Amino acid sequence: MTATQERPAAEIGKDRRRKEDQRLITGRTRWTDNITLPGMLHLAMVRSPFAHAAITSIDVEAAKAATNVVAVLTGRDFGDELGACINAWPITPDQKTPPHSPMPADRVAFAGEIVAVVVARSAAEARDAAELVDVEYDEQPAVLGIKNALEDSVLAHPDLGTNKSALWVFDSSEAGTGGDVEAAIQQARTDGIVIEREYRQQRLIPAFMEPRSVVVDPTGEQLTMWSATQIPHILRFALAATTGVPESKIRVIAPDVGGGFGGKLQTTPEEWIAWAVARRLSKPVKYTETRSESLVSAHHGRDQVQTLSLAADKDGKVTGLKVHLDADLGAYVSLVGGGIPVLGAFMFNAIYKFPSYRFECQTVLTNSTWTDAYRGAGRPEATYAVERLMDELAAEVGVDPLVIRERNWITHEEFPFTTVAGLEYDSGNYEAATARAKEVFGYDALRAEQGERRARGDRVQLGIGVSTFTEMCGLAPSRVLGSLDYGAGGWEHASVRLLATGKVEVVTGTSAHGQGHETAFSQIVADRLGVPFEDVEVLHGDTQVAHRGLDTYGSRSLVVGGEALVQAVDKVIDKARHLASHLLEASQDDLDYGGGRFTVRGTDQGIAIQELATATFTGHNYPEDMELSIDAEATYDPVNFNYPHGTHLCAMEVDTETGAVTMRKYTCCDDIGNIINPLIVAGQVHGGLVQGIAQALWEEAVHDDAGTLVTGSFVDYLLPTSADTISFDVLHTEEPSVCTTNTLGTKGVGEAGTIASTPAVVNAVVDAVRHLGVDDIQMPCTPERVWRAIHAHDGDAPTPESAMPHFEEDAPNQDPTAGQGAGQ
Amino acid sequence: MIPVKFDYLAPTSVEEALAALGEHGDEAKIMAGGQSLLPVLRMRLNAPEVVIDLGGIDSLRGIRDDGDAIVIGAMTTHHDVREHALVREHALLISKAVAEVADSQIRHRGTFGGALAHADPAGDLGAPALALGAQFVIAGPGGSRTVEADDFFVDLFETAIGEDEILTEVRIPKHTGWGAHYEKFVRVAHQWPIVAVAATVRGSIDEARVGLTNMGSTPLRARATEAALAGASATEDGVREASQLAAEGTNPPTDLNGASDYRKHLARVLTGRAVLKAAGA
Ligand SMILES: Cc1cc2nc3c(=O)[nH]c(=O)nc-3n(C[C@H](O)[C@H](O)[C@H](O)COP(=O)(O)OP(=O)(O)OC[C@H]3O[C@@H](n4cnc5c(N)ncnc54)[C@H](O)[C@@H]3O)c2cc1C
Repeated sequence: MTATQERPAAEIGKDRRRKEDQRLITGRTRWTDNITLPGMLHLAMVRSPFAHAAITSIDVEAAKAATNVVAVLTGRDFGDELGACINAWPITPDQKTPPHSPMPADRVAFAGEIVAVVVARSAAEARDAAELVDVEYDEQPAVLGIKNALEDSVLAHPDLGTNKSALWVFDSSEAGTGGDVEAAIQQARTDGIVIEREYRQQRLIPAFMEPRSVVVDPTGEQLTMWSATQIPHILRFALAATTGVPESKIRVIAPDVGGGFGGKLQTTPEEWIAWAVARRLSKPVKYTETRSESLVSAHHGRDQVQTLSLAADKDGKVTGLKVHLDADLGAYVSLVGGGIPVLGAFMFNAIYKFPSYRFECQTVLTNSTWTDAYRGAGRPEATYAVERLMDELAAEVGVDPLVIRERNWITHEEFPFTTVAGLEYDSGNYEAATARAKEVFGYDALRAEQGERRARGDRVQLGIGVSTFTEMCGLAPSRVLGSLDYGAGGWEHASVRLLATGKVEVVTGTSAHGQGHETAFSQIVADRLGVPFEDVEVLHGDTQVAHRGLDTYGSRSLVVGGEALVQAVDKVIDKARHLASHLLEASQDDLDYGGGRFTVRGTDQGIAIQELATATFTGHNYPEDMELSIDAEATYDPVNFNYPHGTHLCAMEVDTETGAVTMRKYTCCDDIGNIINPLIVAGQVHGGLVQGIAQALWEEAVHDDAGTLVTGSFVDYLLPTSADTISFDVLHTEEPSVCTTNTLGTKGVGEAGTIASTPAVVNAVVDAVRHLGVDDIQMPCTPERVWRAIHAHDGDAPTPESAMPHFEEDAPNQDPTAGQGAGQ
Repeated sequence: MIPVKFDYLAPTSVEEALAALGEHGDEAKIMAGGQSLLPVLRMRLNAPEVVIDLGGIDSLRGIRDDGDAIVIGAMTTHHDVREHALVREHALLISKAVAEVADSQIRHRGTFGGALAHADPAGDLGAPALALGAQFVIAGPGGSRTVEADDFFVDLFETAIGEDEILTEVRIPKHTGWGAHYEKFVRVAHQWPIVAVAATVRGSIDEARVGLTNMGSTPLRARATEAALAGASATEDGVREASQLAAEGTNPPTDLNGASDYRKHLARVLTGRAVLKAAGA
């Protein structure tokens, strides 16, 4: 059953402009910081400047005496009343998880951690008074950087006795999904090729546009929290679980939320402190972070060292892949924490038929900002590693990088295909996506130009990078999550209400924060129920309205939440059929439903769904055996992930004199199954691409040796703007491989661009200068790193020892600027 | 981000502003376009008690012809400087450099005098002003004085402007008919330069002036390069030797965007490019 045959075609597939955009773009809407309640007090946080220190004393007297200050509170004032920040995914039973108080009373473990909160009548007065809080610290040695943490000589949390939190292992020979990777590597050492590399996933900052903000209203029986969060339902659960307030007394609202990218998939100290203060003072409170606070204390993303061994035969057919990750958790194990790198565990084998595979992930604690999900979460890291390796393998074999992929990928006839990581890919067509991308990109012409430039010894060299990605998204089948010890399920809930006037209210448990669900979900309902697009209202983000839900992340909203919606609509139609048959005095079997009407086959009689809605409102005439409602709800638990894929091709120009890199062309052909709204998809792909390109070229969170975030503002944390990017060719395969495990046939697209683009760009940069002896450049590929890589051998740019290429323990080969403040 | 509380004064004449400055001394801070000052206040890196906004003083705004120089009022915005015909005709280098400052929003607020008074070594206007031999007119309690470009930039964020003084205008000697180019090296478009080179040449090449941005604690002039360029031909080979001298005597910083030796290398490469483009080659 494919969705293409079934769908009514009117709204789905249409470039609808997003109905939510006017209010979101003008800001005339309910951003959390726009909310003002009677008698509301404002909070300012006092944060530790030290990465690791004991708190010896906190003198709050001067702050308390300041104008309009109502209270100054510390961790000691609260004790257990504060609750705790939780880790919902202990990746191993013996994971070391330091306790995480929202406001520790005795010791801080990263620079930016909150030690006191000032409550005042205005935000400005709170901020002024925060400066008067006098905290005495006894500074402790801080451990920063993965390699230092692994040594265990300085400890992030001395009580734990180690910085190593958990080691998570998957081995295809143990799992029975493939062979023994060590044997494959041994074999390749004698008669094949072994590519060994160490890649660094730098630390990134999600940098959502709307800073985090929280308002808590303790007035009345129920406590209400508004928060700029991606996860109102999970937040409500965690508040109940850790602060002792019954869940039924908690209402969490995520009003309009301005972006998240994973960065608002968190239960934060700021939320817990605001909660505790409001309860303590019985007054509504608001806290909105500054951008500086956001950069230093909202969770960071990525930060891994990847040690990789790829074994292949002489022709470049891969025989095994061994992956060892060391991943920096920062100071605490965050909500998803070590689960993020583990989400990559199933994706290092990507679109390929690797016969053997081993994955290990060692998570470590350091005295730096905690890390968690960032767009792609685990899959960008995996995709980067394997797509970089495949280019290296192509270079080693001496064939085109597309050829090496073709030698190894799953062909379209082979679906469904069970991978060496144990996932069943239901559908895909890598050949079709690659052919289309290649043609539009002008692959052959660009390769020819590259050859000419090399031959001429041009100052500006051209490189072409390939990334043929896939990902697992639509988090997730609940049983699978259970088997991974994840603390929640992956189902989603929807309900559909027919109002008396025939308008439709749709409630979803997903929680949009800029994705355009209101538009896309309206299109689905409009088609499926046969009502006008304008008549559909999508409600979300309020636990009192959407009582069941698991929120928005992991490219799940459409593929899981959309499917729940479809099922709810189908139930509405079923119920309505009963009523229609009664009112039309016809057998249910003789009724057809289409265009929002039941018609009696062979007659001109019929009744519209809106009329039926009115009929349930009046209740004047309905069957004896019918409950008086055609509203319905559904909970959908996916049976599998879904696996979008695509071929991304990138051409980069490298100025060999300065190391400057410029994007020349970027073409991607993504196969994401059926598309509900091409305009929204284009937006997701464009934004996703830029975020991935930014990892390749610009973004990096850097702490200095003392643990201070050096990239503490957007002057130093370089985000691109439209002026830094080019127009991308965003394509889709003409005959998509529809998802076979949901009725809409859709696959996730929220993270695809970010997952795919990073290796395409770095592959292109390396390809441009490979003939000059370069086979790697650490991200972000700054002009300086590129220049040093090019001139590493000619004495023009002295190469620090640490930048020499090699593959030895404790000797990073990745950062040509190590020791100069640019590496961490 | 909320600054510490301050009083706000908006004088309408230079005399009034100077009086206010005299009264409040080092408790006061001048505000021009606010594009550098406000971020500093909001991040609480500085907390003056009084902010004296020059925005209401009309006489500080505008560009005029003054014989052998053009005169740019301190409060003239980057945008107005960029658009002005006099600047394009007689100080093309300034037009080119100012077009590279920040983005359009900031260019509509930030001012020529504010940028120079701020003296950020990574600011785009110091090197061109230096290269063109600008003169800085500074008003103080005892009247006005004029400071040569070579003496104006003292150190990081430090100029010859005294605490009780105000920069009122900048005189730029006319370089009519000189070719010019500002070569700014950045990673993203809206960034301060990692290194930039301001070059202006007469003929191709009879005479050259070359200023360097972010190659030390103040803008610098590449004098050895200038000397070597006199009489050089405007070809890659012709300028190579001269541009190799560009980093002489510089002491550029090391930071996230580049180590000192890399910046020196950039200065040499960019100087060659800037000079050739200035010469129209
Ligand atoms: C995001 C961003 C990006 C930027 N990018 C660049 C860039 O790429 N290149 C670049 O060159 N600049 C850049 N700038 C800075 C911009 O050019 C500022 O406009 C300029 O540096 C300061 O000018 P202002 O008029 O805003 O001065 P203000 O911020 O008002 O003042 C700056 C300082 O100068 C003092 N001052 C101002 N006027 C006088 C006067 N007449 N007499 C005495 N003292 C005075 C003030 O007291 C203050 O200390 C950027 C700014 C921002 C916010």
